[in-house]
Amino acid sequence: MKVGVIGFQGDVAEHVEILYKLKEERKRDIEPVLVKSRRMLSEVSALILPGGESTTIYKLIKEYDIYWDIIRRAKNGMPVMGTCAGLILVSKNAKDERVRGMDLIDITIRRNAYGRQANSFYENIKVNSIGNIIAIFIRAPIIESVGDAEVMATYDNQPIMVRNQYILGMTFHPELSGDTRIHDYFLSMVGREGYTSSGKREWYVSDIA
Amino acid sequence: MSPNITDLRLGEDLLKRGFAKMTKGGVVMDVTTAEQARIAEAAGAVAVMALERVPADIRAAGGVARMADPNKIKEIMETVSIPVMAKVRIGHISEAYTLASLGVDMLDESEVLTPADPFFHINKKELKIPVVCGARNLGEAVRRIFEGAAMIRTKGEAGTGNIVEAVRHMRVMNEGIKMVKSLTSDDLKKVASTMSDSYRIVRREISSQFFGDQKVLGDDDLFYGKSGKQIEAELYQILDQIKKQGRLPLVNFAAGGVATPADGALMMKLGADGVFVGSGIFKSPDPPEMAKAVVEAVENYEDYQIIGTVSQGLTGMNGLDIDQMPKDMRLQERGW
Repeated sequence: MKVGVIGFQGDVAEHVEILYKLKEERKRDIEPVLVKSRRMLSEVSALILPGGESTTIYKLIKEYDIYWDIIRRAKNGMPVMGTCAGLILVSKNAKDERVRGMDLIDITIRRNAYGRQANSFYENIKVNSIGNIIAIFIRAPIIESVGDAEVMATYDNQPIMVRNQYILGMTFHPELSGDTRIHDYFLSMVGREGYTSSGKREWYVSDIA
Repeated sequence: MSPNITDLRLGEDLLKRGFAKMTKGGVVMDVTTAEQARIAEAAGAVAVMALERVPADIRAAGGVARMADPNKIKEIMETVSIPVMAKVRIGHISEAYTLASLGVDMLDESEVLTPADPFFHINKKELKIPVVCGARNLGEAVRRIFEGAAMIRTKGEAGTGNIVEAVRHMRVMNEGIKMVKSLTSDDLKKVASTMSDSYRIVRREISSQFFGDQKVLGDDDLFYGKSGKQIEAELYQILDQIKKQGRLPLVNFAAGGVATPADGALMMKLGADGVFVGSGIFKSPDPPEMAKAVVEAVENYEDYQIIGTVSQGLTGMNGLDIDQMPKDMRLQERGW
């Protein structure tokens, strides 16, 4: 099974490294690939949107027509994980015309909400179904409101990790700590034939504008 | 099962190097006004460097180049949502803390400004925000990492629009890494010892004044409380990490002379994690188009059709021949 990482900008290599770790140490049957075109996207069974600059990544996936394909694939059941900038991109509303969310998960986001780099931090966080992890927040966004999505972790009474059937997202960077559990959890959302383990396909291409 | 914070190599370091990692694959652009910052952001820059003048103008103006006016930096910070960096003079601790207090996201301890300290670079470990430093070779890079740099960039020759020095520095760095990979740990200790030498310059000067010879007086407290032995041990650790990883243990950008989309792609091809463009954008005839084209070329540095398409009709800034340039005009000679 090919697992794609959007490969234009950001900490792409860190995600790929974790995927290789899962392949080797946990014997996950996966092949990590970089996605920079529609063709590459069409070959993957699951997709990661990495950390980086959301404005830059947004611009490039729009430029190369990948943006709408991600939405189509995700709404047809391809699991997508977004970390930090990636979470902003999958959100329903990023409240910033410079970055339009794909509306794949029902959350509202505020970019750079903790402040600037001097306010970046890390914290020991309990994540439902996974356990305690070190969460690294770098110029992180805040999830201001959550609609139809499950909150998996909070910090300071605010949601920092959410999921729905196909989408997993967090405001922090699991790819930076070397911990493979969150990626492993994400891969467990991928069922056979590349669809989520529940196997349901609730949306179709015709559902979206 | 759950990792301990102490297992993560120095938490603060993780945040600083983590910030640098988020800029990977991107282009950082020098800007001097809020309007330019907006153009850079719209073009897809991952960050902007807030300056009073771009390097080509600093070079032309001569005199002493210092940190930018805080008003200028604040104005740019208020305009864009992407990170804002600022340049600090080599060794100017007070400028560094002043800029940090303004809230800039990263500092560039830069040879483009006039160095403030003839002996030492800033002890970057003490700063809460990450610092990027220029390097011409592996020795400079290893010393900057020891001092706490969170990111390295080639120096190149800023403000010339001539890529040759950036290429030289990237090649020399890569060759140095190749050599390190082949050396035994005994040899690496010797390399660490040689690389530590520049921390003894001031001590040697005193020895010479006191006793008329350069034999170094004492080994204690050479750099922020660290003895020569400690410095050598830490440099050795960094070298050992480079040997194991086969690359610098942090993000390494290219800078100094990038003037066209193909220049940016070339530096990526040579192994840079991203590119700084100083004068190349806002000294070109069509900055918005140039900015966009450099971003696309860097993101797709092996897709020559894309590079060809984005390069159509673009003219780069006027360039300078570095061979004809007197040595004291070369900014890369600053720092050690």
